[in-house]
Amino acid sequence: MSLITSLARLEAVATGRAQPAATVRHRHLSQRPLVLVPLTTAGEAGAPLGALVGTDRDAPRLLVVPQPRDRDLRFAFLADLADIVLPYIEGYAEAVEAAERTETDPETGKRVKVEVELCADAPQLIVPSRAGIEFVRLLGRSMRFRRTAEQEPDTPYPAPPRVPLLGRWLTHYGERARVPGSALLLAATELLSRHWATGQSGLEDQHLGALLAWIDPPEGSSGAAAAREAELARDGDGQLLCPPAGPATDPAFDNKLLAPAIERYDRARTALAAAEDGLEADSRLGALTRAEEEIRGLVARVTLPTWDRVWRGLDLLRELPEGSRVEERWTRDRWSFTGHRDRVLAGEPPQPRRDDAVTAANKLAAREREQARLEAQEALDDPLVMAGRRLAGEAFAGEVTDVTMAYSEGKRPSPRPLVTVRTDDRPHLAERAKVYRSLGGRPQAAEFVGYADEDGERDADGAVVVLRIVDKMGRGKEPEEGSVPVKGDRVCFTLFEHEQRGGAKLPDPEDTPWTHGGPPGEPVTEAADPLTEEDVL
Amino acid sequence: MSAPQATAAEAAFDPGAAAARATDAILRDTVEGPHRGVVVDSPPGAGKSTLVVRAALELAEAGRPLMVVAQTNAQVDDLVLRLAEKNPDLPVGRLHSSDADPYDKALDELPQVRTSAKAGELTGLPVVLSTAAKWAHVKVDEPWRHAIVDEAYQMRSDSLLAVAGLFERALFVGDPGQLDPFAIVGSEQWAGLSYDPSASAVTTLLAHNPELPQHRLPVSWRLPASAAPLVSDAFYPYTPFRSGTGHGDRRLTFAVPSDGSGPDRVIDEAAVSGWGLLELPRRHTPRTDPEAVRAVAAVVRRLLDRGGAATSERSPDPAPLTADRIAVGTAHRDQAAAVRAALAELGVTDVTVDTANRLQGREYDVTVVLHPLSGRPDATAFHLETGRLCVLASRHRHACIVVCRAGVDDLLDDYPSTEPVQLGTVVKFPDGWEANHAVLAHLTEHRVAWRP
Repeated sequence: MSLITSLARLEAVATGRAQPAATVRHRHLSQRPLVLVPLTTAGEAGAPLGALVGTDRDAPRLLVVPQPRDRDLRFAFLADLADIVLPYIEGYAEAVEAAERTETDPETGKRVKVEVELCADAPQLIVPSRAGIEFVRLLGRSMRFRRTAEQEPDTPYPAPPRVPLLGRWLTHYGERARVPGSALLLAATELLSRHWATGQSGLEDQHLGALLAWIDPPEGSSGAAAAREAELARDGDGQLLCPPAGPATDPAFDNKLLAPAIERYDRARTALAAAEDGLEADSRLGALTRAEEEIRGLVARVTLPTWDRVWRGLDLLRELPEGSRVEERWTRDRWSFTGHRDRVLAGEPPQPRRDDAVTAANKLAAREREQARLEAQEALDDPLVMAGRRLAGEAFAGEVTDVTMAYSEGKRPSPRPLVTVRTDDRPHLAERAKVYRSLGGRPQAAEFVGYADEDGERDADGAVVVLRIVDKMGRGKEPEEGSVPVKGDRVCFTLFEHEQRGGAKLPDPEDTPWTHGGPPGEPVTEAADPLTEEDVL
Repeated sequence: MSAPQATAAEAAFDPGAAAARATDAILRDTVEGPHRGVVVDSPPGAGKSTLVVRAALELAEAGRPLMVVAQTNAQVDDLVLRLAEKNPDLPVGRLHSSDADPYDKALDELPQVRTSAKAGELTGLPVVLSTAAKWAHVKVDEPWRHAIVDEAYQMRSDSLLAVAGLFERALFVGDPGQLDPFAIVGSEQWAGLSYDPSASAVTTLLAHNPELPQHRLPVSWRLPASAAPLVSDAFYPYTPFRSGTGHGDRRLTFAVPSDGSGPDRVIDEAAVSGWGLLELPRRHTPRTDPEAVRAVAAVVRRLLDRGGAATSERSPDPAPLTADRIAVGTAHRDQAAAVRAALAELGVTDVTVDTANRLQGREYDVTVVLHPLSGRPDATAFHLETGRLCVLASRHRHACIVVCRAGVDDLLDDYPSTEPVQLGTVVKFPDGWEANHAVLAHLTEHRVAWRP
């Protein structure tokens, strides 16, 4: 935890309210996000219990699996989910704008610009918590290798038609969520704790109710008390007033309410199957419907509070103005969405279970680049984030106290002005360290020359830093107007780079070297998970 | 290990001969062996660079075009200088980046060294050296016959993937006990895959090519007889090594007698035993614990003031213990910055102060270490990492002084390792928790409690 986060958390404890950790919103929020509040069955990994889903906060769709261990009911749930999520996703696939992309020409091997489509906007999924993102990934994993009756008529338990496709999209969203700064799939708790510092631990911040209690406590209550209430308060039946955001459910709910209701449902179903005539069947069907309604009511009861909190959290986030570099990152998300749309359209197979060596290395490199980019962009977008970096000695701000013109040696001398900055910060400047400032949105580099204090040493109050500006001053002998700070200017230099260089190109997968096992060979069509003896239903 | 046999083996152990045997076997496998790769594990100060230079010269002599991959520019420059020193007639290429000041200016004075940012301008030279990052941008039609990959345990698997297409065969040299490479984002999704991109290059190489010969250098020439057994037991439990020197071969003396203060007492303890623990009162502190930082600075100041002299096998006369022979090691960069500031206040400038990551591969007479767990309320995986402590505890030729708050042993017991178990990954022994306890138990025998 950085020093400024520790300070903000201490302040939150002292004041009883969460403190801002950002002055702008650092993630894109769609005008029309799809919110998904999933629940899973205790002890049955990957067996959904139900979900609230939709784009209209006043009209969520409730999907319930009354017997989560029943494969047919589970497929029905997934088919319903696909009927809601896929039209939402496909609604963004049509509107495109023309864009350019650099590609390697397969014949000449040269890098050439090609005209391609870029989706004008992308669908955004919001889940309540980080565990929800994991669950989306798990659902994607469980669906994308399934075979439909149309694909493979002989497969036992064929999946409903659109379920494998939903699996591929959820897999794509789950994978994209691992890219730092991406916003295709977001968790409300992560979004909120990025923008506010509460007086509780990071672990406790994963409880959406407690987190919101700190940020937006009810009238007359402190954040700490409201968070405690959210975590612990129960009604007369021993049920939590603020149910967990899921996908896991509260054991007291499972034991006292859900398990008996499912048992009643099972009994009603058995009774219906044993019905001997139409009249009996009719009345038993009524009992079964009532039992199902009861479970639907239970699931609604524990998902609705979370649903409302997610939207409340989005309201709070929308009050913050969007950071100026957020749009650029969202464009990357749009590229990612467009890319997957194209792969689906081209009839490519679902994402493989495991990445090959080259794909894994490319993903890791891309994510590291995005992480560095995110850290730099957040600091440049937000003075409060920059303050944290300054406090950590990774940036410094101050006033220009002197500018001396100087030139580089060589045949064509270029301007290399010396700028003296008086700062109250204490940057960790190594000898000849490179520093950067933002000049009209582009980074200008300077070199650390030395300290210019009287005794040549820094003191506790800060430092007088001499820098040599080395670029972005134009081609002439004299620097361009406005490209060199003047005396009295307030400037902010960072020790980190503002833009990320692209990494080296890795070999193509078919050229994987011997150190990494050689070429992976032809991709095989991966089968869905085989039936095992544990699959009792 | 029954005692009488061990004593007999000790008497018969000739470090020079053992090291020479190991080196000969490595060179034989490298130059004549049938395998595409040879892996050499080298404990701290075992002559890794010397081996790399010798192998490079032998391969060049055998007429095999050779590329050398190191991890940092400083390492590359150091190898170029060593090669030039050993064989001034061998033409050497130094491939560098196109940044400003990409290499050590000292290379410009060597007529046999050609420097360029373009690999094409260095073709035909018997040996070309560069960093892994730069090699990754090089494209060739014809791969090099041979490569030497230095610090291969600090190289990430994905970085090897980017350069492995450039060579046919390679010698991989590195120290498995030092810091593992790391990624700044999570990489759990690939844990357990043989080619996990965040694993070390050697891990991936051996997972795919388990038949490759693996050698190790058996003798540390850097670590004194007082340090080798501890470092070997704590960090290399299954691949022990010995010190190249005996207990009487190295001596550290001070002209100015102790003034009885904590720093002086711990200096005297370390001069005699090779280890010293300056223990400050138990307390939870911020990372840049001002008292501990001042204590580190005070120890360094006294080391310089007391006229230290180091006697070793290198020369019959004692060498003065000067600022460039002392280093301070920390876990975090802000701690290093704080120590630098504290030293500047005491008028000390030329002492190296750096983090474990940057001290890797370096060697000093005396090191002063701010313990990674000192004053912490918790023990995270970062602070427990075996390699971090190993680097900090194995940079010295004479003595190592550790400054630490009391209570680290309790902290360790409160925070046993709780990293999730990943299927398919090779469990690394020893774990940081175990190694920390082993080192701490030994240091406690050389403890000087001090209240500043």
